[in-house]
Amino acid sequence: MSQILKICEQTDLVANSGICAIAEGQQIALFYLPKETPLVYAIGNWDPIGKANVLSRGMVGDINQRLVVASPLYKQHFDLQTGNCIEDSAISVPVYHVELAGDEVLVTL
Amino acid sequence: MLNVVVIGNGMVGHHYVEQLAASPIDTQITVIGGETRPAYDRVHLSEYFAGRSPEDLALTSREHYIEIGVEAHFGDPVFRIDRHNKNVITQAGRQFSYDKLVLATGSYPFVPSVPGRDHDSCLVYRTIDDLGSIKAQADEAHIGVVIGGGLLGLEAANALQNLGLETHVVEFAPGLMGVQLDTGGSGMLRRKIEALGVKVHTSKVTEVIEATKDSDTRLLLKFADGDCLATDVVVFSAGIRPFDQLALDADLKLGDRGGIEIDYHCKTSDSDIFAIGECASLGGRIFGLVAPGYRMAEAAVSQLGDDKQSFQGADMSTKLKLLGVDVGSIGDAHGTEEGAIAYTFSDERIEVYKRLIVSANGKTLLGAVLVGDCSDYDTLLQYYLNGIDLPTDPETLILPYNAGATPALGASVLPATAIICSCHNVSKGDIVEAMDAGYLALGDVKVETKASTGCGGCAALLKNIVDDQLSERGLEVDTAICEHFSYTRQELFHLIKVGNIESFDELLDKYGSGRGCDICKPTVGSILASLWNDYVLKEKHVGLQDTNDTFLANMQKNGTYSVVPRIAGGEITPDKLIVLGEVAKKYNLYTKITGAQRVDLFGARVQQLPSIWKELVDAGFETGHAYGKALRTVKSCVGSTWCRYGVQDSVAMALYVENRYKGLRSPHKLKSAVSGCTRECAEAQSKDFGIIATENGWNLFVCGNGGMKPRHADLFATDLDDETLIKYIDRFLMFYVRTADRLQRTSVWMENLEGGLDYLKQVVIEDSLGIATELEEQMNNIVGTYQCEWKRTIENPERLKRFVQFVNTDAEDDQIVFVQERGQPRPATEAERLELSKATA
Ligand code: SRM
Ligand SMILES: Cc1cc2nc3c(=O)[nH]c(=O)nc-3n(C[C@H](O)[C@H](O)[C@H](O)COP(=O)(O)OP(=O)(O)OC[C@H]3O[C@@H](n4cnc5c(N)ncnc54)[C@H](O)[C@@H]3O)c2cc1C
Ligand code: SF4
Ligand code: FES
Repeated sequence: MSQILKICEQTDLVANSGICAIAEGQQIALFYLPKETPLVYAIGNWDPIGKANVLSRGMVGDINQRLVVASPLYKQHFDLQTGNCIEDSAISVPVYHVELAGDEVLVTL
Repeated sequence: MLNVVVIGNGMVGHHYVEQLAASPIDTQITVIGGETRPAYDRVHLSEYFAGRSPEDLALTSREHYIEIGVEAHFGDPVFRIDRHNKNVITQAGRQFSYDKLVLATGSYPFVPSVPGRDHDSCLVYRTIDDLGSIKAQADEAHIGVVIGGGLLGLEAANALQNLGLETHVVEFAPGLMGVQLDTGGSGMLRRKIEALGVKVHTSKVTEVIEATKDSDTRLLLKFADGDCLATDVVVFSAGIRPFDQLALDADLKLGDRGGIEIDYHCKTSDSDIFAIGECASLGGRIFGLVAPGYRMAEAAVSQLGDDKQSFQGADMSTKLKLLGVDVGSIGDAHGTEEGAIAYTFSDERIEVYKRLIVSANGKTLLGAVLVGDCSDYDTLLQYYLNGIDLPTDPETLILPYNAGATPALGASVLPATAIICSCHNVSKGDIVEAMDAGYLALGDVKVETKASTGCGGCAALLKNIVDDQLSERGLEVDTAICEHFSYTRQELFHLIKVGNIESFDELLDKYGSGRGCDICKPTVGSILASLWNDYVLKEKHVGLQDTNDTFLANMQKNGTYSVVPRIAGGEITPDKLIVLGEVAKKYNLYTKITGAQRVDLFGARVQQLPSIWKELVDAGFETGHAYGKALRTVKSCVGSTWCRYGVQDSVAMALYVENRYKGLRSPHKLKSAVSGCTRECAEAQSKDFGIIATENGWNLFVCGNGGMKPRHADLFATDLDDETLIKYIDRFLMFYVRTADRLQRTSVWMENLEGGLDYLKQVVIEDSLGIATELEEQMNNIVGTYQCEWKRTIENPERLKRFVQFVNTDAEDDQIVFVQERGQPRPATEAERLELSKATA
């Protein structure tokens, strides 16, 4: 059963960068990109290659127009919209549906 | 669904399983491994003695096999194949039926039938268990002998030396590594190895090994010539033999010299049975290296699908480090071909030996031997593999570079079949094909072909080929730093400076496209900092910093950070030392003296960083910029204050220099050192700028480097007074900051600088460009606006908001797990972490 949870406030987000929140035991990396639509992206925080919870601390950018975050450990890029690893198509991270409702950041789990 | 049974779970058997499981072919895979543990990295076996645990060497695990749906059994070898009923029977009597059977049984060490070879202290070197036995036997032993002076024998000798034994190598042939090396190369290798303390005995045939009583040592080797050698441990390394008994018993055809005979499709004489790896023989040849084994595994997998590939044999050239000595052997090292001409270069002072074997007409390279210096290996291998025409004077290929310019092998002369990336088996043709298909950018070529995504060793060659192809297609060679800016770092620096640009967005709007990435953002962030010295955590710069700069600390492998306070010149008061100890204790941090005269505290969680730094800043510490591309440390020696030879106060100078340039953002990190006399205890000549005291002042050295490619610094100016010294360094550093490429250390910058050292002297000393004053002013401005980033950060509650693990709870990341080792915490290995989180769950 999927459920919609308030995970944090909009003011917790940092423009052009990531933060991490936890919901139902899952670590979720949230990225706030004020110039994009949608404004907020949510993927798993676990880096399956570096094997640590660090993706929220990576740099965001784009590669061939795909919005990505670069893992701070070994620099592989993960697509913020599909979770796919650009360097290795066999690897991906979970993607969560996320939206802004007023001041609240809502994630579907 | 096809039922596939694999016998043997060594490196090649494992590769086969991985490849088959990942393919679309519908199969049920069963693996039966004779050893008690799943496949591990035999090639790096010797690292076990350097501290790598069996877990670190593992290539897979039981859990992983379960995850990918493979049935695996270990420690119960197959002892019979019943081809008629298509099943195999293990020693314990279990039966497994197959549609297709794969033999990947590898080989075992050959032990000559010397009487006494069964003694407990006589061992072999092939499996992790063997190494365990060697370690056990080496305990309380003093002397170890390796019988066999081939490649593996020398690895074993290295291991015995690491275990602290007096080490001997006994070889029955007249030279070491007779298969790969000629007499000269073998002689040089012997000389180098003996210098490392290994005793080498050649032309010695061991006749008997006797157990001794009433002696300090356990065994006595007696040789055919009457000599004896006392020892405690013997390791046999006299060659390997394929595990082919199973196949023989099942009436499969064997090769002339043993091994299971296969065809180009890796099929044995029974078309439902394949053999791959070291147990297989193709045209009478056995391939005792992993790369050919992997290619066989891939070819064998492909036979079960539609796209059938073949294995045609492989080149056995090798490059390795034995006991720390570089050794390379290519093709026909012995020059056995009719009329072959040999060129030899040998320098006994630096202990380097190189030999080329060239065809009678002088056109093609047939083989080569390199001992002591393998830097020419890659180029020579390309000549050899691709039959490229040699230069008119082939000797230039191995002569030291100053004897005549070595013609570098251009990308354009390589044929399409040349393998560029051996990790992923990508040829030049594959790269050209990807580019024909429209993938022109280097990054795209990498994704498309997988080239340069393994060990990375081929990156430079790959870029050459891509650039060469671009110019061949009449396209401009891309010097852009990334897809968002078609400028070099130097060009960006000018644009920012001339245009007075103060933010990344402004620059992107004016000169770039897209949104930026992890390459251009930090580069621009660094240029902005070098030019305007802005606080790096200012809101508009936040997205430009990679995590180390964002959190002002270096991220470690488990997601925690290290804390490195500045300890200028390596000088520290007892009180401050106590503070470091107290902070480390309070936060349970791993503490280590670094290679650059300071103390690193490891394992801080992101949310702990502010309070740790508050305590440090309160005690008078500043950030050490270990996270930044910035000045790191200025090492010092005690100098004239204490040392009886010192001629100047090197500590005071180091402190002055470190405090002057701390915080300076640069294209790459900067390091320095000051020595109090020519004995050079601070190792200043390996630094970006090094200062050595003289009777009359200071000598300045520039563009040295330790690290991956060490470079000895160049003497830049002599006998300088304090003021001139600082003036020159100001100019030198600012000129570097302005003109170097992204991530280019001063050493590489210098090597690419047109005009080299002389040009640099003209700019800095003679002011040939007329910019000296401007460079000095820029530096003074930066020195004047220095601020400790940590001090500013802990004073600003808004900034501190980022230093949390989760924005919505105070919980800790439960995947960060430590275990104790030698009285300190260290990150748990993956296996330990899984184990510990299971225990608490
Ligand atoms: C901690 C330390 C090792 C130690 O336990 O002693 C260390 C640790 C790291 N070094 Fe180093 N290096 C350390 C001294 C050195 C030295 C010795 C020295 O400075 O005298 C060298 C050779 C000297 C030189 O740079 O010329 C050195 C050459 C490198 C290199 C190779 C640079 C090169 O030009 O080839 C890298 C990789 C890089 O920077 O790209 C590197 C990178 C690293 C990184 C950043 C790797 C990484 O990305 O995690 C490590 C960061 C650890 C951390 O979190 O602090 N480290 N590293 C040393 C910290 C010194 C300090 O107090 O700041
Ligand atoms: C110390 C050392 C250093 C080396 N260095 C290099 C190097 O630098 N570069 C390089 O390319 N190569 C190197 N090699 C060689 C390389 O390790 C081998 O080429 C490679 O491991 C061969 O793989 P394999 O799977 O064919 O055989 P193996 O790795 O030997 O695996 C065969 C497995 O099958 C098992 N087996 C045998 N019979 C049965 C049976 N009846 N039932 C079930 N299981 C069975 C064995 O127990 C073994 O586990 C080195 C080898 C050693 C020992
Ligand atoms: S040499 Fe430097 S970079 Fe390499 S492991 Fe040691 S500290 Fe890390
Ligand atoms: S050789 Fe290309 S990545 Fe290793």
